[in-house]
Amino acid sequence: MIELFQQIFTPANVLFMLKGLQMTVMIAVLATILSIFFGTILALIRTYSSGKWKWAGTLVAVYTEFFRCTPNLLWILWIYFTVKGNKVGVSVFAITLFTSAVMAEIFRGGLNSIPKGQFEGAQSQGFSFLQTLWYIVLPQTYKKVIPALLSQVITIIKDTSFLKMVDVAEFMRNCAVVLGSIYDVRGMLLLFAFEAICYFTICFALSCVVRGYQKTIVTG
Amino acid sequence: MIKGLFDGKRWSALFAAFPEYYIPGFLMTLKISLVGLAVALVLGVIFGMFSSSKWKLLKIISRIYVEFIQNTPLALQVMCYYSVLPMLFSSSGFRIPKFVLGVIGVGVYHGAYISEVIRTGIEAVPKGQSEAAASQGFSYLETMYHIILPQTIKIIMPPLANQALNLVKNTSILAMVAGMDLMYFTDSWGADRGYFAQAYFTSAVMYFIICFPLARLARYLEIRSMRLPVAKKLDIQADEEAV
Repeated sequence: MIELFQQIFTPANVLFMLKGLQMTVMIAVLATILSIFFGTILALIRTYSSGKWKWAGTLVAVYTEFFRCTPNLLWILWIYFTVKGNKVGVSVFAITLFTSAVMAEIFRGGLNSIPKGQFEGAQSQGFSFLQTLWYIVLPQTYKKVIPALLSQVITIIKDTSFLKMVDVAEFMRNCAVVLGSIYDVRGMLLLFAFEAICYFTICFALSCVVRGYQKTIVTG
Repeated sequence: MIKGLFDGKRWSALFAAFPEYYIPGFLMTLKISLVGLAVALVLGVIFGMFSSSKWKLLKIISRIYVEFIQNTPLALQVMCYYSVLPMLFSSSGFRIPKFVLGVIGVGVYHGAYISEVIRTGIEAVPKGQSEAAASQGFSYLETMYHIILPQTIKIIMPPLANQALNLVKNTSILAMVAGMDLMYFTDSWGADRGYFAQAYFTSAVMYFIICFPLARLARYLEIRSMRLPVAKKLDIQADEEAV
């Protein structure tokens, strides 16, 4: 068993796999930041478009619904095969594309929970619409959606494993490369266990944060 | 991304390939989704009940299952089943059918999520209600049927519909192990001809056809669960006359 362990986890292999992990985290962080940005914009458009701008809200609704009802892997493959450019950039773009739709739904839930009286109150104090959003509505929204948002970050990290299919050098793919040189079941199990532990550590830490935060909200 | 999407020649090539590639893929995806959902529901109910049981051991087992499955990617789990399961059973060239692989992968993954849904549903009804019902002479089954279950079902139905939707989407992961599902056929036809826009657009529409009704159902259930309950009209008059 120990021999097997030494055979698989040579320094070169471990370094190679950890490089993949680094790439996974980088892609996840970039996709998170971008999708929070776009998700906020989409949610604002959908919630506050009215009058002759109503069509913009409808468009956002169609976008979110369409991306919610089609598999993420499909988008990753489609984008990868048709958009030219840096591999990592393209994968971040693909993940951002479908995560923004989910983020928009999360933020819309937060925005809807802000009472209307806050707008009226801000207006009576001379705030413009954008100022109200920036200083009053958005800070409260972000605070409310933090648990849902962090859960979505966990999903993003798990979704990066789809990128193995398009050969981006992330964690799953690098481990699969190492896996290719193993012909023993126990060795395979060891490697899968290693992969699972790495993903689990990151995701479980995040989910603990979510739970801790939810508790503080409930108890005040 | 949509280059050549409106090219007639490419579309006619797709329609020619439709019965051979897309129909079997679509049926396979539907089959895996249905059986996978059944497996996930069974696992979810079992582990959901475990986590709300009195015995600590069952609680711990259920916790480990849920946390471990929820915090590792589905792709990793499916890859693991794909390469390890056949070798555990025999050393000769035995291969697990892709259908079984898909059902296990999706079923176990979503079973963990459904178990959480069911746990929250059971915990959401306060204990006082069972005690109050007992004090009014309701038996255990009557309490469950008239008081607890109607409330629990209302709470768990919307997230369950959402899970079904995600399950259908996640069956696409089988393309990673050549699972003969819709995503796999799309990928192979698209890569064969290079008509990516047509291939993926059609596939997106076909997934949408399955998933959109589920999304609507989830929304409808959510709105319905927010409505306040209305008391049933009791037919007391007739009873009094009978006495």
